[in-house]
Amino acid sequence: MNINMTLIGQSITFFIFVWFCMKFVWPPIVSALETRRKQIADGLAAADRGRHELELAARRASENLHEAKQKAAEIIAQAEKRAIQLVEEAKGAAKEEGDRLIVAAQAEIEQESHRAREALRAEVAALVVAGAGRVLRREVNPQAHADLLEAIKNEL
Amino acid sequence: MSAEAHDSTHYIKHHLQNLAYGKLPAGYVREDGQALTQDTWTIAHTAKEAKDMGFLAFHIDSLGFSVGLMLALMILFRSVATRISTGVPSGMQNFVEMIIEFVDGAVRGSFTSRNNLVAPLALTIFLWVFCMNLMDLLPIDWLPGLATMLGVPFLKVVPSTDPNVTFGMSLSVFALVLYYSVKMKGAGGFFSELAFQPFPKYMFPVNLLLEGVGLIAKPISLALRLFGNMYAGEMIFILIALMFSGGVALAVFGGVLQWAWAVFHILVITLQAFIFMTLTIVYLDMAHQEHH
Repeated sequence: MNINMTLIGQSITFFIFVWFCMKFVWPPIVSALETRRKQIADGLAAADRGRHELELAARRASENLHEAKQKAAEIIAQAEKRAIQLVEEAKGAAKEEGDRLIVAAQAEIEQESHRAREALRAEVAALVVAGAGRVLRREVNPQAHADLLEAIKNEL
Repeated sequence: MSAEAHDSTHYIKHHLQNLAYGKLPAGYVREDGQALTQDTWTIAHTAKEAKDMGFLAFHIDSLGFSVGLMLALMILFRSVATRISTGVPSGMQNFVEMIIEFVDGAVRGSFTSRNNLVAPLALTIFLWVFCMNLMDLLPIDWLPGLATMLGVPFLKVVPSTDPNVTFGMSLSVFALVLYYSVKMKGAGGFFSELAFQPFPKYMFPVNLLLEGVGLIAKPISLALRLFGNMYAGEMIFILIALMFSGGVALAVFGGVLQWAWAVFHILVITLQAFIFMTLTIVYLDMAHQEHH
């Protein structure tokens, strides 16, 4: 219980320990703690950012998908419309072609029948002339009566 | 009965005596009857010799245990600090970081100015007071018994039951309080804080008296609180230890009591270390604050 130089000894060692703590113990540990705190905070922020980006990406993907679906539907609709159009066009062309063929055929038929009729007429005229010639042998001269024969031929 | 009472008194006194190394003057008659021919630095063999050494003496046990324990702790902390990693901490680093963060939190909570000294100071105080108090949990006869076997006359194991130790720390803190008061407020500012409040200026003698008592009370209360708590705790342990020589029933009861008191003391030693640290922080905070 005596007060003596222990008091002074204790005070001196106290200041030495405080100095030691201040110089060699406190700063490295506290700075390490600070660094770790920062690392953790950065990590958490990065994770947050990552989560946010993931969300955005998912939204963008679903948007793209939706758009693609829409576009595909559009394309299909267009193609269908085009196909119908093509069929219609083909139908039109075929009908035109058919009509044209029919017209040509009719024209040909008419020409053919005309030609046949001409040939027939010529032949009938010839026959008539031959018949008449046989009947008239003398009086009728084909050269003198050509205009008459021609008139008959036209009437047939 | 009187012999037994004398034994008990001797036992208690023996446990409360520090191992003192000091100067005895020439002509001093020692306990073995021999007179000293010249001034001698020696170990006191009796309580009277220790007392007669006066101020020129050291308590080898107080200084040895306190400095030794703190040195070990400082080496431990320094070794952690040198190979500290900012990655995942493990083992001892975890423990050290926990203490550092605890002290850092206490300083941040109570100290409002900026001073790089305060946190390490608080750490030193907390660790030192705690490890000095921790010696209280050792069964009280182990180390003194060992010392007696080795021929050492006295050994007081708990340094914080020595008022030299507690006053050594509290007066150091007080010196820092005075230093920072003057540094932050100037000598005039510090004086006006003591003299010109709480009452008006013309009553400055009353103010000075009030504030002076308040100022002086800081280191005294700081030291006496720790000393008183630890001394009383140690005393109870000694009284409980006396029961061990009083028959089987008393010895068993004493064993239970000692265990219970030790468990309670785990709280007390931590609390005392925390209080000493917190009050130091608060006093230094007040030293940094301008009152007006």
